[in-house]
Amino acid sequence: MMTDLTNLTVAQIRDGHRSGDFTAVEVAEAFSANVAGAKALNAFIVETPDHALAAAKQADADRADGTLKPLSGVPIGMKDLFATKGVQTTAASHMLEGFVPQYESTVSQKLWDAGTGMLGKLNLDQFAMGSSNETSYFGNVISPWRKSDGSNAALAPGGSSGGSSTAIAARLCPAATGTDTGGSIRQPAAFTGISGIKPTYGRCSRWGIVAFASSLDQAGPMARDVQDCAIMLAAMAGFDAKDATSLDLPVPDWEAALSGNMKGKRVGIPKEYRLDGIDEDIAAMWDHGIAMLKDAGATVVDISLPHTKYALPAYYIIAPAEASSNLARYDGVRYGLRDLPEGAGLQDMYAATRAAGFGPEVKRRILIGTYVLSAGFYDAYYTQAQKVRALIARDFEAAWAQCDVILAPTAPSAAFALGEKMADPLAMYLNDVFAVPASLAGLPAMSVPGALSRDGLPLGLQIIGKAFDEQGVLNAGLALEERAGFTARAERWW
Amino acid sequence: MAVNQADVRKIASLARIAISDAEVAAMEGELNNILGWVEQLGEVDVTGVEPMTAVIPNTLRLRDDVINADPLTGGGMQAAVLANAPAVQHGFFGVPKVIE
Repeated sequence: MMTDLTNLTVAQIRDGHRSGDFTAVEVAEAFSANVAGAKALNAFIVETPDHALAAAKQADADRADGTLKPLSGVPIGMKDLFATKGVQTTAASHMLEGFVPQYESTVSQKLWDAGTGMLGKLNLDQFAMGSSNETSYFGNVISPWRKSDGSNAALAPGGSSGGSSTAIAARLCPAATGTDTGGSIRQPAAFTGISGIKPTYGRCSRWGIVAFASSLDQAGPMARDVQDCAIMLAAMAGFDAKDATSLDLPVPDWEAALSGNMKGKRVGIPKEYRLDGIDEDIAAMWDHGIAMLKDAGATVVDISLPHTKYALPAYYIIAPAEASSNLARYDGVRYGLRDLPEGAGLQDMYAATRAAGFGPEVKRRILIGTYVLSAGFYDAYYTQAQKVRALIARDFEAAWAQCDVILAPTAPSAAFALGEKMADPLAMYLNDVFAVPASLAGLPAMSVPGALSRDGLPLGLQIIGKAFDEQGVLNAGLALEERAGFTARAERWW
Repeated sequence: MAVNQADVRKIASLARIAISDAEVAAMEGELNNILGWVEQLGEVDVTGVEPMTAVIPNTLRLRDDVINADPLTGGGMQAAVLANAPAVQHGFFGVPKVIE
């Protein structure tokens, strides 16, 4: 019997297709069958097997013609935050239910141009606001993982890219797009035992991505391993004149330069990340990560990032402030939902539309953002937060004098049960305590699987790098991957 | 700085989100919890620190002064622009009457 094609990585599919071991159509059909058989996970909002199949047929034809593209034959999942021409794009909100973009986002276009096809639009937290994928209008995504104690409690796949993480961990797609505003690629990757990288702010164009907090939003890939992340990132990144913050830099060949040899590299261990009452499994995994990087030849140095504790509160001023401004566009006039009560005027229509279209967490953040930007409070909240943000970026700048990359946990715990933190927004926000500082500083950061918790759940190690040094981050990730020997996967129950 | 229910109503009005009495009561507590928590930023000494405006230094570019240089963001897209509008009248966005 042929290998199960859905167990192959992006690199294996690309190379196997290239050498004629299988057809792209076989690959697309195998993954589409897995997607169709995994409704219980609720990872997809829309399934697009026809899109994947059309790209696969093209890939098979291109192979016959000798015109293969870099990712010919590889089907992927697309987070439903990227505008896809002719395919509903909702940001997991009621507000955009039925919205069919008339254009293609830059990142998704680049992926199609590279030869990939789309298996479907992946579920997420509504407008990417959440850490557990419980704020989606289209229902919770369920992690494929379960605790080893035999309990069948549904676990959070992380958020906001929870459809992406679940789909990859459950072999519904070999790779997917994610977006990361304050940890939305890295935390779900950690929760599901996969890898994901948020590149330097500006590497991937934001054009056509539903905006949350524009100074933080950044797209990146999620996949099973570091090599696949490098391959996917190269296809997604690049200058785009349609995004004013796009970096006008060449895209390096990250895959070709991958090396797990850390000889001569200095790895910083930030003392402020060792929180009081840190989870024992997390602390042990972190220590093991330090040992693994030493084994790879790195020198380990203790560093200090003194403003770390202020990153999360600064984020919860800046991100809602930007969100309140960005989400002002949903007015029931140009696209999306309209709620027009009998006899209502324009202002009432706005208010009714936004009350009906936004979920509770989105409203909460819009209200916070509106408050901190309002007359009389702007300086006390927003200006102060942006000053603290400058200090957080300075902390990293100072650290780079001592080290080349930073190693830390990705999240403070393993995946929690769905429902466990929904009643307490602050407890939910604390999930991103280790992820947010790199977001505020615009730095590349990735999560790779580090170990299993005592309950048999994946835990992630995070590597943070200097601006533009995705290579250094990927290489440290590879050094960890080569040594962690993480082969655990979720047993199929769905 | 704590908010009361009148503040919540004012914020919701500024944000153009209709809000019920029950939501006002719930939101008062939730916003105060979050605002109380972010208050700790006040203890950071920011003397002489400029607020961050760009996370990665970048310069704004001017596009070439050419009509429709990029057709995706150029003109002549009326049908596409209106395609998702909840109400379209005579090639325009339709809204409730705003002038008596």
